[in-house]
Formats: sequence, C-alpha cells, structure tokens
Amino acid sequence: MKSVIKGAGYILVHTPDMVIHNGTTQTTERIVNPESEYLKELPSHLRSFEQVLSYYPNQVYIGNATPDELAEIPQPWHDKECPCHERYGQFGQMMPQEEFLLLLQACDVFELVQLDKNFVAKHRDQLAANPIIDESIMARVNEGVDIAEIERLVAEEHSEGLYDNNVLVGCVNRAHDIDVNLSAHTMLENLVSKASCVVAILSGIKNAGINKEDVEYVIDCCEEACGDMNQRGGGNFAKSVAEIAGLNAATGSDTRGFCAGPAHAMVEAASLVASGAYKTVVVTAGGCTAKLGMNGKDHVKKGLPILEDMLGGFAVVLTQDDGVSPVVDLSILGRHTVGTGSAPQAVIGSLVTDPLERAGLKVTDVDKFSPEMQNPDITKPAGAGDVPLANYKMIAALAVKRGDIQKSELASFTKEHGLTGWAPTQGHIPSGVPYIGFARNDIMAGKINRVMIIGKGSLFLGRMTNLFDGVSFVIEANKGEKAEAGVSEDEVKKMIAKAMREFATSLMGQDE
Amino acid sequence: MSILAGKKVIIIGDRDGVPGQAIELCAKSAGADVVFSSTECFV
Amino acid sequence: MDLENQRRVKSLAEQYGPENIVVLLGAAEGEAAGLAAETVTNGDPTFAGPLTGVQLGLRVYHVCEPEVKAEFDPDVYSEQVEMMEMVLDVDDIVNEMTSVREQYCKY
Repeated sequence: MKSVIKGAGYILVHTPDMVIHNGTTQTTERIVNPESEYLKELPSHLRSFEQVLSYYPNQVYIGNATPDELAEIPQPWHDKECPCHERYGQFGQMMPQEEFLLLLQACDVFELVQLDKNFVAKHRDQLAANPIIDESIMARVNEGVDIAEIERLVAEEHSEGLYDNNVLVGCVNRAHDIDVNLSAHTMLENLVSKASCVVAILSGIKNAGINKEDVEYVIDCCEEACGDMNQRGGGNFAKSVAEIAGLNAATGSDTRGFCAGPAHAMVEAASLVASGAYKTVVVTAGGCTAKLGMNGKDHVKKGLPILEDMLGGFAVVLTQDDGVSPVVDLSILGRHTVGTGSAPQAVIGSLVTDPLERAGLKVTDVDKFSPEMQNPDITKPAGAGDVPLANYKMIAALAVKRGDIQKSELASFTKEHGLTGWAPTQGHIPSGVPYIGFARNDIMAGKINRVMIIGKGSLFLGRMTNLFDGVSFVIEANKGEKAEAGVSEDEVKKMIAKAMREFATSLMGQDE
Repeated sequence: MSILAGKKVIIIGDRDGVPGQAIELCAKSAGADVVFSSTECFV
Repeated sequence: MDLENQRRVKSLAEQYGPENIVVLLGAAEGEAAGLAAETVTNGDPTFAGPLTGVQLGLRVYHVCEPEVKAEFDPDVYSEQVEMMEMVLDVDDIVNEMTSVREQYCKY
C-alpha cells in the first residue's frame, strides 16, 4: 500500500508581546543587561497585525502567494507591501494575538491559564468568528478572573504574565511548586506549542477534506518537551492536541530530532500508512516562543522591524492511496547516519545524491528541492546568510561532480530546482515541510513530477552528541496504478475460487 | 612560522557555515591541539 | 557569540595564556565572522556575554582563510570544507577578518 499526501495546513500566530516577554534573546538580555539600549529600542520595532498581514513571506506561508512569486520580488521584503492583506489563505491563517490568548486558555486543561475577564469579554466573539474554531473549543473558553488576581499571581506566585499591547491581560501559573519541568515558564512554552498546533491540525484536516473521525494517528514533531521531574520529556503533545481538536478516533506520539523532526515524522507517518498499521496519520507541530526575536539584536541594530514575531505551525495529512494524491516514495530515503560526519558535502551527499544514486536517478530528475526554507529576509541581516540558497549551491556543486549538470549550469540549476525561503525561523517549522502544500498543488496540476524534502537537525545543541542529523524523502506524482499495489476485488474472488477448487480437488484426491 | 602547529585551538563552527567537527579535523591535520570545539546555530 | 562559548573562550585563555591560543571560525558570512572575531579580540560587541569589555586580543582566523588553509592536510580540507568554501563569499570573510585582526589582535 502506498501512502499519499492528502492535504496540508500552514498557520502563523502574531505574538509581538511574547517576543518581549518570552523570546530567549530578550529574556537573556534582561538578566545580563537589564538597562540595555536594545531592550529600550525593541518595542518601537514591533510590527502591527496589519503589517504582518502585508509581509510577503507570511502570505506565501499561508498560501496566498507562491514561492515563485516571492522569488520575483527583490529583497529585502520587510520594506515592501504585499498586495494581499488577507488573514486567511488556502493553507491556513494568520491569527492575531488576542484570539490566540483566548485559545491558549481553551487548550489548557489544568486551570493554569487565567485571563482578565474584561479581555475575554472583549475578544470572545472574535475567536468564535474564526472559521477553524468550533463550538467544542469555544465551550472551553471560561469567563476569566479579575485583573487584580492576575496581578497577584504574577507578583506572588511565580506566574508568567500574558500581555497584549504591553498590558497585562492574563497569566500562566506554575503547575508545581518546585518541579522546574512544570514551572510557569515551561508550561507557557508547552501550552503555546499545543495551542498553535491545534490551529494547524484543524487547518490540515479541513484542507485534506477528511473527517475528524478518519484520523487514526497523530505525530507531533515540535522541539518542546512535556513531562515532570521524573520524566522530563514524557510526552505526549500529539494526543493532547488531538483531544482539543476533537480527533476522538486518534492516538499518537511525539517524535523529536531538532529541526529534522518533521522529516523524521513524515517518513514514520508514511511508513505507518504504507504498512497498513494506520489508515490516516497527521504529522504536525506548533510554534516556539523561545525563538521569537532570536535575531532581534541584529534586526534592531540595522533599523529593521523585529521580523521574528510569528509563531509557526503546520500539519500534513497522509492517507492510504487514493489514486490521485502525490505519493511518498519510501524507496528513496536520504539518511545522515552516525558515520556520515559533519562535513557539509558529506551531509548533503548523504541526503541528496546518495538516495538518488541508489534509485538510479539524476539530481535533475528531482524538479524541486525543499531543504530548510528559512526566510532570508530574517537570516541575512543576522549573519546566517541565505540558508536555502547555500543548500542549493551545495546540491548543484554535487550535481556537477556527478556529471548530472555542466559547471556552466550552476546558476540556472539553483533557479530551476530551488525555491526562495519564506518560512519563519521557528526551528522545526522551516525544515523542508513548508513546501509540501505547494508541492501537492503543483504535482497534481501536472506542473512538476517529483520533489525532495530535506530536514537537517543540530543535535549537538542538546549536548548529548556532537553529531549532526538529516533526513530526506521524495514525493512523486501518483500514477494512478491502484490496482497494481492492491489486487482488485474481482481478482481476489477469482484467486479464492481457484484456491477453493484446488483445495477441494486435493481433498477428493485424499479420499480416493 | 606556522600559525597552528603546537597551538591550543578553540573552534567556533557554524551550523550553516562550516561545522565545528569539520574544522576540528582540519586543525588536527595541521598539528594543532584542539582544546574546545563548538557549533553555533542562528536558525 | 553564544554566552557559554564566550565563557569557555575566557577560561581557556586564562588557563593556557592568550599568546598560546588560536581561534578558528566557521561562520557563514563575513559580517558574522567579523563579529565573532571581534568578540575574542576586543570583547563582545553586543555587551551580553562574559567577554564584554574583555580585550583578549587572541589570534583568530576563519577556516577558509588562505594562511591557515595552507597548513591543513589538503586531503582533509578537501573532504571537510572545500565544497562549503565554494558556497561562501570568501573574499568578504577575508576582508572582515583581516580588518579585525589589524585593529585588535595582540599576538
């Protein structure tokens, strides 16, 4: 049985106040340098919701503009206005902070999130009007409490404040007095990941055109860990998200691998479907507060807006072969193994040219490569370069080495087989997967035939190993050969009849 | 006079540039004593 | 530069003596290379880490700079770095690194 990409959802959440209060660049700065110019300047560099709606890369992320269209817009993009200002797109939406704070409370099942009752009253209808939010979620939104109680919790009980326009409107309480794994800080990070993942998974299911009851397994591949002091990363985000999303027939688990997590999860999901273990599997992840404003110092120093003000989320729905949706080809998997090493050419070789070599394909047989799709508007001013472009140059260089292209074709290869990055620097979010929605569209429209999704992970950041990591897989057009993979009903009947006849004959033979 | 041979070398690699481990192998090949190697990540 | 890395650089310089230390960088861009180089010579320009205001003046090179490249085993360099070197803007990196060394390097 083949597994196919049935649909995908992509969402962003605008969280300017969380940049200030929860991004680690800012929280670190408040500890080491509380009076710094950066902290003073930061608020004036935050963007309004209207500004993030008209930011080109954001509109590409939710599907209102394409990567090809983005590539035609000269960089930088932060000073240009996208003609589309829609908050909803074909893949999902951009959610404003007020709605998200109410959703955060709705996703909390331990009375940890408390909101000012006036704030709730003011924004409840706004959340209810969001087409992805159904009555079961709205029923979880409570009335809220007096702001005085929230002020007390933040002042006396170690609660983390929740802010809107720099005004305290709520808090996340600690879930344990001494366990740091359940501290207010950790609970806020985990609940934000969970709530943004709920928006993503509901968008993915809607776009795939399936029923909630069809989902049998959910794999969460974010980079947070939930658990307590006896099992720090016990889990399980996937099931907690499925519960809020109303996926009653689903179970699930978490897969981790830093930024390579989504690619690992996609291979696992495709395998679960292909094996017949589960018919419909969703790979999903929410966003990360810690990375908000991660490169903010560079952005502020250069007079740019804080461009890392969006939480990201995605969901990809994989089902059994429907005869039309693009197929995950599990026979072409790229794997960075323990022995691969960390040399950039060895990493790209293991992920791109080695699997293609094994499958008897040339680099040019892949129409589009989607490595890490970080938005260069964010990374270039921060000195990290244009990450997708660097990957394409490496792939092109290896293609020349293999004789798949001529050296003179290096520049055109990058343009023809590459994409311009549009995803927020939310770690796992940009890692290959942002392209799956567009890839599905273009493959089904017959524009392209085969794409490779590449995820890479910095395992060394966890201080358990110095190893790098990476995974790649290929998505191809569905040739519609359903009958080849599964034998048709007619054929099964004929085979059974034949077997019965043979069995009967052999019985008669024994009798004689 | 050589820059690296016999020196204590500190390596600050970059995930999207040259990673620490790759630099480490180069430095050792030049006779350096690698005392610290790390890789930074901006994404 | 990462704060923990700054702490390690500082303590290793104290342990071995700054004159015995060489820092090798792998940054993806000239500007990032220059900032890291400045951090280990003139102090953390972002005023965040343990090297803020600490002028170690260490010798510092990017792994792709010709002076250090000449000392590596060519086979090792070819296997580990060469293809990344093709992707990087080495001229820009060399300019930034040279400028920082000329201003702040003490050894």
